[in-house]
Amino acid sequence: MMRILKYVALDILKTKIVIAYTIMLALFSWSAFSLEDNTAKGLVTMLNIVLLTVPLVSVLFATIYVYNSAEFIELLLSHPVKRSMIWKALFTGLSLSMTVAYIVGIGIPLLIFTDLGTALIMIISGSLLSVIFVAIAFLASILTRDKAKGIGISIMLWLYFALLFDGLVLFLFFQFSDYPIEKPIVILSALSPVDLCRILMLLRLDVSAMMGYTGAIFQHFFGNSWGLLLSFSLLALWVVVPFYFSLRKFNKRDL
Amino acid sequence: MVMNSKLYRSFALIMLLYAGTSRLWAATRYAGKGQHYPTIKAALAACRNGDTVIVTKGIYREGNLIIDKPICFTGTGMPVLDGELKYEIISVKSNDVTITGFQLQHSGRAVMSDPGAIKVYDAKNVQIEDNVLIDNYFGVYLQYATHCTIKNNVITASQKEEHESGNGIHCWKGDSLQIIGNRIAGHRDGIYFEFVTHSVIWRNISHHNLRYGLHFMFSNDDAYITNYFKNNGAGVAVMFTKRVTMINNTFEENWGDAAYGVLFKELTDCYLSGNKFLRNTTGIFFDGSNRITIEHNIFRANGWGMRMQANCMDNIIRENNFIGNTFDVTTNGSLTLNHFSENYWDKYQGYDLDKDKIGDVPFHPLSLYAVIVEKNPPAMLLYQSFMVNLLDKSEKIMPSLTPENFVDNTPRMIPYKL
Repeated sequence: MMRILKYVALDILKTKIVIAYTIMLALFSWSAFSLEDNTAKGLVTMLNIVLLTVPLVSVLFATIYVYNSAEFIELLLSHPVKRSMIWKALFTGLSLSMTVAYIVGIGIPLLIFTDLGTALIMIISGSLLSVIFVAIAFLASILTRDKAKGIGISIMLWLYFALLFDGLVLFLFFQFSDYPIEKPIVILSALSPVDLCRILMLLRLDVSAMMGYTGAIFQHFFGNSWGLLLSFSLLALWVVVPFYFSLRKFNKRDL
Repeated sequence: MVMNSKLYRSFALIMLLYAGTSRLWAATRYAGKGQHYPTIKAALAACRNGDTVIVTKGIYREGNLIIDKPICFTGTGMPVLDGELKYEIISVKSNDVTITGFQLQHSGRAVMSDPGAIKVYDAKNVQIEDNVLIDNYFGVYLQYATHCTIKNNVITASQKEEHESGNGIHCWKGDSLQIIGNRIAGHRDGIYFEFVTHSVIWRNISHHNLRYGLHFMFSNDDAYITNYFKNNGAGVAVMFTKRVTMINNTFEENWGDAAYGVLFKELTDCYLSGNKFLRNTTGIFFDGSNRITIEHNIFRANGWGMRMQANCMDNIIRENNFIGNTFDVTTNGSLTLNHFSENYWDKYQGYDLDKDKIGDVPFHPLSLYAVIVEKNPPAMLLYQSFMVNLLDKSEKIMPSLTPENFVDNTPRMIPYKL
């Protein structure tokens, strides 16, 4: 596995896209922190970047990469290696490079400009977000052989999580505003990794007090250390489940 | 001319004589260990009008001390009067009493009689200065008091529950009071005013109180100036009152679900200027408040700068700075009868072609998302979500859901130097 991982990592480095991505993230975050007059505002800007850009780049890059390495995968399959090992190595290599890009690009300015707790939460949740969307990309690309279709599915999934889901939640708020919907909504928003990350950060940004009862529930659910553990394990579940399904499909598929 | 100077001289002589006689009558009595009076009670019993009782250093557990003559009651070396959690420590039942230089601690706790470290009953011209009050039920309690001064006292308590705690400075039915330079922490309300008129609260620091830093009820024609309220359970409340002047106060870090920088309820004809609202959940909450002028204030880093319920009218909000608030202003209705002008809003994105420092396009301080949250508080969960930001942007360009007349027609381009 290590050798395949090495090949994959080297290959990703060779495309230079990941390096460009790192530089872009770094530029974004440094400018966000130095342009805004207070760190809280800079953090909010960063949050927007992290929640939109990171998933998009991760999902697109990973999908295209998987399609492009079809021949490489076939070549590997002719060697005496376990099938699942190839898929796992590919996944690890991609997630690793996306995460490293994220940590170098955004983590460093975060650690410099904000307090440690906030920085750590943002780094961990952002890294998890990268890995989650790589896993989603793997699922999307294994679902269909057609490259255009696969990329389409990835973009749709990104659109759903980054944009549509919030719209849906907002719609539910309006439709059921006469009912006590706080708890269902809290559970519902845990169903989208992007929202979960956003809310974790919001709790750090102190706006929870403005959410009234819902904020109290949220603080109660996710604010303490158990809650943090719970939400990070939920995020981890978002990595494991899509990847597991893609792995199962990959193992059975006739390539 | 000669006649005049003669008259003046005889008048001066009379005055001198008068002063001399009153000097003769007033005595200074020392109380304490090794002094003429071993107990304070004995000294108080012996003294006559106009005397000075000086208590020397030590710890005194004498129960309830009643001052019913106009005297000056002073401690040297901070003597400690202990109420043993049973007694009201000093009860003032006379006019013209001065109390200075004591440490008063552990007053009794009783919900019916409300004992205080110092309680003034129906008196005027009482001065309470330079005392330290520790862990009392009520700190200083004035009832039916007029022309009193409470100055430079340090008042602290450490109860955990509201119902177990009294107020730091409690004034019930009074007139012409001066509350100056006190520090109050850990009580239920820092300063409490009910039916108190023509009074001033100046240069006090009230922080970490369980409920309100300052609590005003039915107290007309008062002023509070240059006070500092920080981190109180629910901020400051000014209710059911007319003609209050609030100048140069700071309201800071009153953060929590039901905490406000200031809560205005049924307040009319007031004036606010030069106040700072920093990092509160809500800077000012208006409920049924009319004809209030708010100018030259700073609202910075609050959740809501102002929440103005639709039952408020004819308020004037001008020349304030709104900087870094999550929401600058919200309201819960579509009818707006208040006037915004010449404020600086950091969210304003207009331009100023004629360079008169006033933006050329009006600013709508009410964002769509603020309206949504006001109607539907859980929607705060979507704060900073891309969808919501998108909706906000389009609403800014073409207002359809937010009230059209909720507008500052002359927004300022650069912040005021306040």
